[in-house]
Amino acid sequence: LTATAMAAAVAEQLRESFATGRTRPAAWREAQLRGLLRMATEMEAEICDALREDLAKPVTESYVHEISLVKSSCKFALKNLKKWMKPKKVPAGVLTFPSTARIAAEPLGVVLVISAWNYPFLLSMDPVVGAIAAGNAVVLKPSEVAPATSSLLAELLPRFVDSSCIKVVEGGVSETSELLEQKWDKIFYTGNGKVGRVVLSLAAKHLTPVALELGGKCPVVVDSNVDLHVAAKRIAAGKWGCNNGQACVSPDFIITTKSLAPKLLETLEKVLQKFYGYDPLQSPDLSRIVNSNHFKRLRSLMDEEKVKDKIVFGGQSDEMQLKITPTLLMDVPLDSAIMKEEIFGPLLPIITVDKIHESFALINSMTKPLAAYLFTKDSKLKYQFENGISAGATIINDTSIHLTNPHLPFGGVGESGMGAYHGTFSFDAFSHKKAILARFFIGEVKARYPPYTPAKLSIVKGVLKGNLASMIQAILGFPRGGA
Amino acid sequence: MGSLAEERALGYGGLVSDLREVYESGRTKDLEWRQSQLRGLLRLLREKEEEIFDVLCEDLGKHRGESFRDEVGSLAKSVEDKLQNFKKWAAPEKASSLLRLIDSDCSQPVYLAATPLVAFPATAFVMPEPLGVVLIFSCWNLPIGLTLEPLSGALAAGNAVVVKPSELAPSTAAFLAANLPKYLDSKAVKVVEGGPDVGEKLMEHRWDKVLFTGSSRVGRLIMTKAAKHLTPVALELGSKCPCIVDWLDSNRDSQVAVNRIIAAKWGTCAGQACIAIDYVLVEEEFAPILIELFKSTLKRFFTKPEFMARILNKKHFQRLNDLLDDPKVASTVVHGGYFNAKTLSIEPTILLNPPLDSDIMTEEIFGPLLPIITVKKIEDSIKFLKSRPKPLAIYGFTRNEKLKRRIIEETSSGSVTFNDAIVQYGMDSIPFGGVGASGFGQYHGKYSFEMFSHKKAVLKRSFLIEFMFRYPPWDDSKIGLLRHAFRYDYISLFLALLGLRR
Repeated sequence: LTATAMAAAVAEQLRESFATGRTRPAAWREAQLRGLLRMATEMEAEICDALREDLAKPVTESYVHEISLVKSSCKFALKNLKKWMKPKKVPAGVLTFPSTARIAAEPLGVVLVISAWNYPFLLSMDPVVGAIAAGNAVVLKPSEVAPATSSLLAELLPRFVDSSCIKVVEGGVSETSELLEQKWDKIFYTGNGKVGRVVLSLAAKHLTPVALELGGKCPVVVDSNVDLHVAAKRIAAGKWGCNNGQACVSPDFIITTKSLAPKLLETLEKVLQKFYGYDPLQSPDLSRIVNSNHFKRLRSLMDEEKVKDKIVFGGQSDEMQLKITPTLLMDVPLDSAIMKEEIFGPLLPIITVDKIHESFALINSMTKPLAAYLFTKDSKLKYQFENGISAGATIINDTSIHLTNPHLPFGGVGESGMGAYHGTFSFDAFSHKKAILARFFIGEVKARYPPYTPAKLSIVKGVLKGNLASMIQAILGFPRGGA
Repeated sequence: MGSLAEERALGYGGLVSDLREVYESGRTKDLEWRQSQLRGLLRLLREKEEEIFDVLCEDLGKHRGESFRDEVGSLAKSVEDKLQNFKKWAAPEKASSLLRLIDSDCSQPVYLAATPLVAFPATAFVMPEPLGVVLIFSCWNLPIGLTLEPLSGALAAGNAVVVKPSELAPSTAAFLAANLPKYLDSKAVKVVEGGPDVGEKLMEHRWDKVLFTGSSRVGRLIMTKAAKHLTPVALELGSKCPCIVDWLDSNRDSQVAVNRIIAAKWGTCAGQACIAIDYVLVEEEFAPILIELFKSTLKRFFTKPEFMARILNKKHFQRLNDLLDDPKVASTVVHGGYFNAKTLSIEPTILLNPPLDSDIMTEEIFGPLLPIITVKKIEDSIKFLKSRPKPLAIYGFTRNEKLKRRIIEETSSGSVTFNDAIVQYGMDSIPFGGVGASGFGQYHGKYSFEMFSHKKAVLKRSFLIEFMFRYPPWDDSKIGLLRHAFRYDYISLFLALLGLRR
């Protein structure tokens, strides 16, 4: 079967399954969510193995950042599903009196989820949880750059969920392109901006709504007067503790004052030595770089002429093992490649400024990131940061942790993406909120209809302006006489 | 930037960068500024009411009764609603800090923080911010409403805005170009007039959001161009809005239904509206009764030609004429059918069961021709709708609660309205927008504000409490602690922690 035929067949099958209505009842949705929950629980060891194979991901990261978050998502959806599915009554207002109004969520239909390689389990399952909770049929295309996880998902999902409505399609660029040529009711893509553009333009052909979870350069501003030790630990946890910097919300670079930089550097080094020892290439707690393409990319960022002498810590790598150690750089030129593209790796440039406020101009000169971080105790600076920096999210005094809160929308803005998910937002992302207005046959307002007369117009004006007398006249069928 | 004429020749780069500068200055974010813009819009609608009636009459032959009801009046009400509520909408919203979780392992419900323990304590909230510089493409049939409603939302949300009115309603476009700069901050709100070439040039640039109201064909072009810059878009497209008319026992009910259907077809821009009733579905036994009622009521309502809008232009007039070309279609006309090419008006025309594969039944009519399609049982209309593209609105006239429920649950559309039509457009409490072929993105009321906002997640922590098991190097005891934390099993966690140093 050619890739085109296969993609068309999958879309067709799912459309048929969805048309039968089986994904609509809460019972079906709950059963799938429980299936996914069981899968994440019973198959923990297998999932960790696949993640280790794909990324050398430490078991702790696999559990904490992927498996337990998927389980939480399932539990949160199970707990809230009935509430989400219930239509919400809203005030109908006087204009259409008497009437009732409500908003009901319905599934979009058949949706396509394209996942990424760095959190291949989480970024596949989390959107799928949302799609299922919202009552859709779904195709999941896991990333081929994480092949062990991809084939594990292809093997496991049919065992734990209804494969007539939830399918996994594996493959690379051509299989993905074929899938994108089909008509979907929504496409949810996690990845980079270049492919995001392609997804959006292919979706345009079918007028398909799209959610894009992209990346960016997430800046960390470090103010003086902070608990440097705690700050350094939290920065390290968000950087090297998250897939060795290969995460969309990893701190990309630091901005701090010239006066604080030496101490910050010293504290970071201490923390790194404590976390990963004196020979980080041997530490089992660091993910490796996903493949040799990315390894070479990161090496070239480090090896650029005007950058390589700015390395102040780390910089070691092992091409055979695809490992690069936590690397700190001081004041690389702003026009260097490492400062122009998203690093997505264990290199952390530190840019110094004279006054901490100058960091804002630097951040605003770049495209809007998925997250922006600030370490400070200064409440005025916090306020200015929250109000002056636009990003998917702004976090004060920590990094990356916001994605564990299911009450916060997780998504980008500008170059970092469009649309959000997690918690209720996942359900919303895959739903259509249908407005339902119910009126009755009583209360005929003659003033609405032609032949239009000045008397009728004055009643309509009054009603629209909220004039009670006009409303009463309208309901009573004024003006009397005539048509 | 140069004059607008120069800008047109130069591709609008200057216009866009000027607006970006204005936005970056923070001027439009200021709540006072937003309030002044909304007030300016209200003043415009009040002071220029007569002129608005004039241009709408010029462009579309709309009677002032219709213009007030559908454009000026409902708009003023909705801008007023935004004035009263925008500060509330713009305020940060606390993301709930307590979550009651019933763990399958525990018999007792456990109250705990929404973020797992590793992030405790933290305050979390959602902060709306403007997207930045946005572009609104309006349409010709409700040229005031479809421009100013989204504009009011974009301004309430704190954006800088470019509005491109449709060139097919030229008097209105000229009116907006002349007056918006007078009543609003002309540095932050721009009107760009012109046709498709201008639209194309504008779309070469990056915008923080684009709203397009119009046809699917152009919608595709807009979205394709937007993709290059990752510009998020909202599309309000057309569709065939069906009206299901159930058997109505009482004469009064039937009359009310007919009144409202007529208003929603011929009383709304002569059927040239995305939410106008496109066609009717009715049981074959009820159809003759309905048709007779239509005939008599139409006669009573449209006593003068000026009470119905005219067709926009020759092209659309010809398009509608051509729908009746096919003799198989023309023979099904049961009322009306007179086309006046000189005045571009078409009398209210009703057809009974034209062929389902004819153009009139496959394309959006957007005119004063009403096909009536009969079914054996009214429930069959649901199956009829399911096999067709999702419309912007589905209407149902019925007292049968079961039928209403089936319509809601078994069909999909932007919205559903029972026992009336079009009125959902003027409401501020429900979202307005399509699904599937009728588009995506919703607005009106608070949704207009949200359409042009980014909901930024904000999380704040202190340095005070640190949980060492968050950090490497990893060992079994730490992993064990993390498991407790992520299972929200705080009792075990607390006991375990007692034995450990920070």
